Amino acid sequence: MSNIIIDRRRNSKGKSTVNRERFMRRYRNHIRKAVNDAVNSRSITDTDSGEEISINKKNLSEPFFHHGQGGKREQTHPGNKEFITGDRFKRPKGGGGGGGAGDGDASDSGEGMDDFVFQIDRDEFLEFLFDDLELPNMVRKELKDSTEFSWRRGGFTNVGSPDRINVIRSLRGAHARRIALSGKDRKEIRTLKRELREMEVSPDETDKDRAAEIQLRIKELNEKIKRLPFIDDFDLKFNNMIKVPIPSSKAVMFCVMDVSGSMTRDIKDMAKRFFFLLYMFLQRNYKQVDVVFIRHHAEAKECDEHDFFYARETGGTVVSSALTLTRDIMQDRYNPKDYNIYVAQASDGDNWEADSPKCSKVISEDLMPLLSYYAYVEITDRHHQNLWHEYKKLEKDHPDYFAMAHIRSPADIYPVFRELFEKREVTA
Amino acid sequence: MSKKKNTKQDAQPLFTGSEWNFELIETVGQEIAKIADEFGLDTYPNQIEVICSEQMLDAYASVGMPLMYNHWSYGKHFLSNQANYQRGRMGLAYEIVINSNPCISYLMEENSMTMQTLVIAHACYGHNSFFKGNYLFREWTDADSIIDYLLFAKNYIAKCEEMHGVDAVEEVLDACHALQSQGVNRYKRPKPLSANEEKHRQKDREEYIQRTINDIWTTIPQKFRKKEEHEEHFPKDPEENLLYFIEKHAPLLETWQRELIRIVRKMGQYFYPQKQTKVMNEGWATFWHYTLMTELHDRGKITDGSMLEFLQSHTNVVYQPEFDDQRYSGINPYTLGFNIFMDIKRICLDPTDEDREWFPDIAGQDWVKVLDYAMRNFKDESFILQYLSPKVMRDMRFFTIRDDDTNPYLEVSAIHNDEGYRQLRQNLAAQYNLGNLEPNIQVYNVDVRGDRSITLRHYMHERCPLDEQSTNEILGHIKNLWGFDVKLESFDGEETIATYPPSAKDGDNKAA
Repeated sequence: MSNIIIDRRRNSKGKSTVNRERFMRRYRNHIRKAVNDAVNSRSITDTDSGEEISINKKNLSEPFFHHGQGGKREQTHPGNKEFITGDRFKRPKGGGGGGGAGDGDASDSGEGMDDFVFQIDRDEFLEFLFDDLELPNMVRKELKDSTEFSWRRGGFTNVGSPDRINVIRSLRGAHARRIALSGKDRKEIRTLKRELREMEVSPDETDKDRAAEIQLRIKELNEKIKRLPFIDDFDLKFNNMIKVPIPSSKAVMFCVMDVSGSMTRDIKDMAKRFFFLLYMFLQRNYKQVDVVFIRHHAEAKECDEHDFFYARETGGTVVSSALTLTRDIMQDRYNPKDYNIYVAQASDGDNWEADSPKCSKVISEDLMPLLSYYAYVEITDRHHQNLWHEYKKLEKDHPDYFAMAHIRSPADIYPVFRELFEKREVTA
Repeated sequence: MSKKKNTKQDAQPLFTGSEWNFELIETVGQEIAKIADEFGLDTYPNQIEVICSEQMLDAYASVGMPLMYNHWSYGKHFLSNQANYQRGRMGLAYEIVINSNPCISYLMEENSMTMQTLVIAHACYGHNSFFKGNYLFREWTDADSIIDYLLFAKNYIAKCEEMHGVDAVEEVLDACHALQSQGVNRYKRPKPLSANEEKHRQKDREEYIQRTINDIWTTIPQKFRKKEEHEEHFPKDPEENLLYFIEKHAPLLETWQRELIRIVRKMGQYFYPQKQTKVMNEGWATFWHYTLMTELHDRGKITDGSMLEFLQSHTNVVYQPEFDDQRYSGINPYTLGFNIFMDIKRICLDPTDEDREWFPDIAGQDWVKVLDYAMRNFKDESFILQYLSPKVMRDMRFFTIRDDDTNPYLEVSAIHNDEGYRQLRQNLAAQYNLGNLEPNIQVYNVDVRGDRSITLRHYMHERCPLDEQSTNEILGHIKNLWGFDVKLESFDGEETIATYPPSAKDGDNKAA
């Protein structure tokens, strides 16, 4: 009896992938919470690494009926040194005698309540981070100069590149051509053959010469048919592909950050974290989102990503400067017909007194009619000032389109972010 | 080390390096087969599969089976194994072997040739012959059809997930997994599994089950009811197989849910013999890898170097930390089993007076036959009771601690001395009696005429209570399956000691 030996190393290794997904799916909420905690403790630019997730084992238990402490039990152990029968000693604390030892079946749920720790990779981390979030009120805009096309099959052509050859069509064509071109000859062969057969039936009258002549003619015709090419350039058919523009949802996000002197380092850092989350979210979940960075103190300036997050200049506070700049850029570059336009603004709410009503005016008159969503976060641990109160009115006037939230400490950033961009039931 | 120098000179070692290849595995396999045959080992045909470490992790995660339905808990095990393995906290087993015909053994590609030889001896001849010979496996499992059945189960469950959603399937499976140990027939011999038959009969069963269930739950007209003066129990006798009972009698389950219960139940039944023969099974395989490797070496088929490498890993396998060692986590089944089997062989070959007194039947007999008999006709509990010798107890320095919660102290109740041997042996055997280890929980009553609640009864062993938290959790699972209230009472033979869930008593009033 010889053994069968099989090399399975090339077989798929990912047998557990599905089970792993099932696990992640089941413990979504726990993992999300761990991700939430992690995001607050991470450096704001650290997006390349995965994360170690730990879940309390209690939540993962797969219970099975087993004994608790108490009752009478006898446990046999190896390695006796000095005990003799009848020795007594105090019951150790923590219930060492509580069983478990000796039964190899105890699953890991029976062990202490350590955390269950495992690793998720970067993609999974981001997925959990931005799970169930979206840009609100996003509409598919009609796109004149759409850059997105999809290729669709559109019939067949006679010219094309070899990789598009449609074999069946081509061979069918060739077959038809061969039938058509050889029709006359085959008809002649058939009559000649019939004549031959008649001759064979009545051999007496056979004209030998005529027979030979017919044979020759048949051979000639057969060769002629054979000479027809099996496939001709003319037969080739190609799959035709046509370009179809598809409407896509383009969007632009204006990130407006206050960098005035009243913003302390901590507040700025929180604002940056907020925008960084927003930026990662947009990058990951939307292909077609433009981001415009605007920083402002007494005057506003459009800048690039790097300056937005790292530049250090500062000054007084005139919020409306940023808003008018936003308006100008919008009119200049982003037609609301083509774009869903979003604005996210972060500030400590400390605005120049007379400026706040102006802000309110710019937003409600110039911006809101064009916007899909306006999100304002105020980062401060003090009392709200006039800007907040002005904005409160806006929130009332534009439900669903204007949202504001308050961040007190770094721990609020992610929850507030989620709250602002939570996937909502479709209202419009 | 080598006693039979005479044969050694004229033999060439089968291999000298540590690299393995398929021809070598084949040759070694044949050589071992030859020796195993001389010792009369009867095995299923072997199917040896070489896999890599990731695949080994996969196999680990799905209870060692090559095919398994999908479930989150396997994902959890996979993640924890993977984390431990990657951090170097855990080594992987050298092999996994499956009780099937042909007997499938997995070898890891990382193993050296010596290790592959060891694994072939251990799994393909040790475990394999145990699967084929031991009475529990013969009676309770069907090696011919397990793989087919797994395939059937996997496909069926995948189909259910498609039709009813992953969550619905998961809910049933979770509940069943919690009850897997209570889904076993301990005394009746089940029909062997057969995937083909399962498929055929599944349709019939679906109809039949629904019909019988309705029989139980039909409302009986008033006039008949009066006859039943005394309270009649349903079931008449307590039922130990909770999953079976639920599968057959739960009023609200749909047929596919019953089928899922059945699948988990069948799996539980399949693994039941393995749970009961850990010591024997591992001891047997270890005894044979040791014997076969020594024999190979004696015949000059493996080099002294290989032999040393083998002995080192063998020593690790049978290492038993003592009770006060940090690494101690119970008795190592490999060690205990190996020691007993080795000792049986010793008693046969070279009995002392003590052995003649304790084991008059086997002292001086043909060891191959005695061992074969022992392997075939016992499970851990009875095996220990029958064969654990005073010498092994002395060598392993066994002692028993009695932990009685009515006393404020622990007591050493027996040690390895003349007065203690028998007691010690009994205690150790009882420790492997699943009936003592696992709580004995049975279906006691169903309130057929009333609120349809089900009452389970925990028959207490030595007053051991149930673990409260997990018990309440499981009752939740049972409620999901049963569809109505579930009560569990711990019964010590005279009276009910505890009820679960704790609020069950006042729950009665509210239920109305």
